[in-house]
Amino acid sequence: MTKRWALVVAAGVLALAGCSSDLPDDQASAGGSPSSDATKSKFFDQTEYDRQLKFRSATPQGPDGKPWEQMLEPEMVDTAKFAKPGGKYTLCFSNAAVNNPWRQVGFKTMQQEVKLHPEITTFTVLDAEAKDDKQISDIQSLSGKNCSAIIISPNTTATLTPAVEQACQTGVPVIVFDRGVNTSCPVTFIHPIGGFAFGADGAEFLKEKVKPGGKVLALRILPGVDVLEQRWAAANEIFTGSELKVVGVEFTDGDAAKTKSIVADYIQREGRIDGVWMDAGATAVAAAEAFQDAGVDVPAIVGEDQQDFLRLWVDENLTAVAPTYPTYQWRTPIIAALKILKGEQVPKEWVLPQPRITDDKVKDYVKQDMPPLHYAMCGCEGMPGYPVPWK
Amino acid sequence: MTWRPRLAEGTAPVLVVLLLLLIGLAVAGPAYDEPSGYLALLKRAAPLMILAIGQYFVIVSGGFDLSVGALVTAGVVIAARLINGSESATARVILLVLAFGLLVGLVNGLITTKLLVPSFIVTLGMLLVLDGAIFLWTGGAPRGALSAGFRTFGRGAVDVPALGEVPWSVLILLGILLAAALFMRGGTGRALVAVGDNEAAVRLSGGQVDRLRLLAFVLSGLLAAVAAILLGGFAGVSAQVGDGLEFRAITAVVLGGVLLGGGRGSVVAAAAGALSLEALFTLLNLLGVSGALESAVQGVIIIAAVAYASLGNGVRQRLRWWPQQRDSARPAQPAAS
Repeated sequence: MTKRWALVVAAGVLALAGCSSDLPDDQASAGGSPSSDATKSKFFDQTEYDRQLKFRSATPQGPDGKPWEQMLEPEMVDTAKFAKPGGKYTLCFSNAAVNNPWRQVGFKTMQQEVKLHPEITTFTVLDAEAKDDKQISDIQSLSGKNCSAIIISPNTTATLTPAVEQACQTGVPVIVFDRGVNTSCPVTFIHPIGGFAFGADGAEFLKEKVKPGGKVLALRILPGVDVLEQRWAAANEIFTGSELKVVGVEFTDGDAAKTKSIVADYIQREGRIDGVWMDAGATAVAAAEAFQDAGVDVPAIVGEDQQDFLRLWVDENLTAVAPTYPTYQWRTPIIAALKILKGEQVPKEWVLPQPRITDDKVKDYVKQDMPPLHYAMCGCEGMPGYPVPWK
Repeated sequence: MTWRPRLAEGTAPVLVVLLLLLIGLAVAGPAYDEPSGYLALLKRAAPLMILAIGQYFVIVSGGFDLSVGALVTAGVVIAARLINGSESATARVILLVLAFGLLVGLVNGLITTKLLVPSFIVTLGMLLVLDGAIFLWTGGAPRGALSAGFRTFGRGAVDVPALGEVPWSVLILLGILLAAALFMRGGTGRALVAVGDNEAAVRLSGGQVDRLRLLAFVLSGLLAAVAAILLGGFAGVSAQVGDGLEFRAITAVVLGGVLLGGGRGSVVAAAAGALSLEALFTLLNLLGVSGALESAVQGVIIIAAVAYASLGNGVRQRLRWWPQQRDSARPAQPAAS
């Protein structure tokens, strides 16, 4: 009998272990009901939404054909006090993680950008492996490494703010990019337009392509991440003001098999689906395949700029759009650091253009020889050594 | 004497559960009015059922295999990297993935039997080793692509006379299930159950306990590799494909009435447990219940099923559907399906 009860305990522990390893799922239970489409998300911010939508049509300043050097409505700040003429710079970079294809492509692009500048003698990178505590100690150790400038891609916003403030206090110029922090102490904060614009790009496309009353399925990765929440908040805003019917909002955990199962279930449940909106395109191919395997045409679909999706789009002649969160933004921090060290002005908030790929341009972005998970908007085609490091 | 279907102990409840779920599906979803809906369900459940069969071998002989999820991920990622879209490499890589599963199972089994480390710890360690190795190798972003030939097994279908289009994965599943059921009826299968029930007795009666345990782990590893081929085929390359699968397979086995700690349960019931789990999730989705509930449901199932099994014969006898004459003092009989 004792042995039996010991087994019950073991199984209970196992069950708990299983639950706790599925954190996104647990979080999903907090806000993941399909009925949430009727209400406004707490992540919705009308002022920021309007600002981002306006940015989409604004003309950027900067050199043509080099979007990673362009800026939207910049407010320049003086950096003379950081000027350090003579070159021989040591750039330090605290990276949140390289744990997904987007960050992989981005980081490789950044490394190649460093190679373009002989005045950078050392490029020190610490990878936080997606852990806040590791990134905090990474930033602290960089502060003592004689860096000419510190570049930070924060893992999370709130937790990393004090660490970034500490780095600023060392007097070394600090550059933050991708996700932000709640402090204005970095010399510049570099990011593409943002989540609202991304979400709106996809939602507006569906509003245009799907007939009124059509059924739209929204697929999200996981709740609670502000960048992703903003994308959905914008899409939700547009769907609410349209005649489209959002039949479901589901979390996929970014898992292709789960995505495919969810879409197959919806095709069965609803009879037909007229549009698919996604907050990130990594599983767009799986979603499209679910329609193919069910023997129906792939409806209007929102993807992203990954090669596998772009190829499917061209091969199958899909009705699709690909908003992008361009990986070329990884080039900009290096460029910004050198500008600062030369005493040139940089924008306080460096907003990069955030293009979307539409049907008329998609063929230009398909690169047959690149890996399927490569992001087309890397701005890396012209770099010396392309395409070997990205393969 | 009336005829009773020859079912191993614990098989009947899960079949009742499965039947109820299938009826629920037929009521809830119009797609389940015809066989193709159920075939689609079976196709989706096939990888989990195959994993559950593998897990059954290990659990019924008194162990755990927590490494199967990581092994599935490793299989898919390795296959994608090696095939890299080239059709000609398909056959070679499929063999390699199977061999890799076999090897991991062999290592698990050897460490458990020769170094006497509890299998819970060995396979947990293997899970971490594989996870870490995959991450190191891919940096979290798998490279390469699977060929169409490789994906056929998880995605494609084949024309079968009288049945029409039957998915490859369903055929593979049925083949494995049949082989497993026959194996468990044979001498080796029965000895495997006996090892889980009373290791000392098997050893004293001249049984090769270590060899049987090793066999269980090797089969589990091999079947995890098969599941990897089907899952990779179903949905393509992903570094998350195996996440949580080990837990899901154990839930399925427990739901099938197999006793954790070994010694009792049938392989068909374990597979039926996996199908029930998949049917349950499909039903919840059809009813519009958030997918986030999945892990909670799994937790409740595993605790309830093990508690039910642990309450002992007394309660089970009272809960039994049809009366059965048996001597409760007799040790549990090696189960056959």
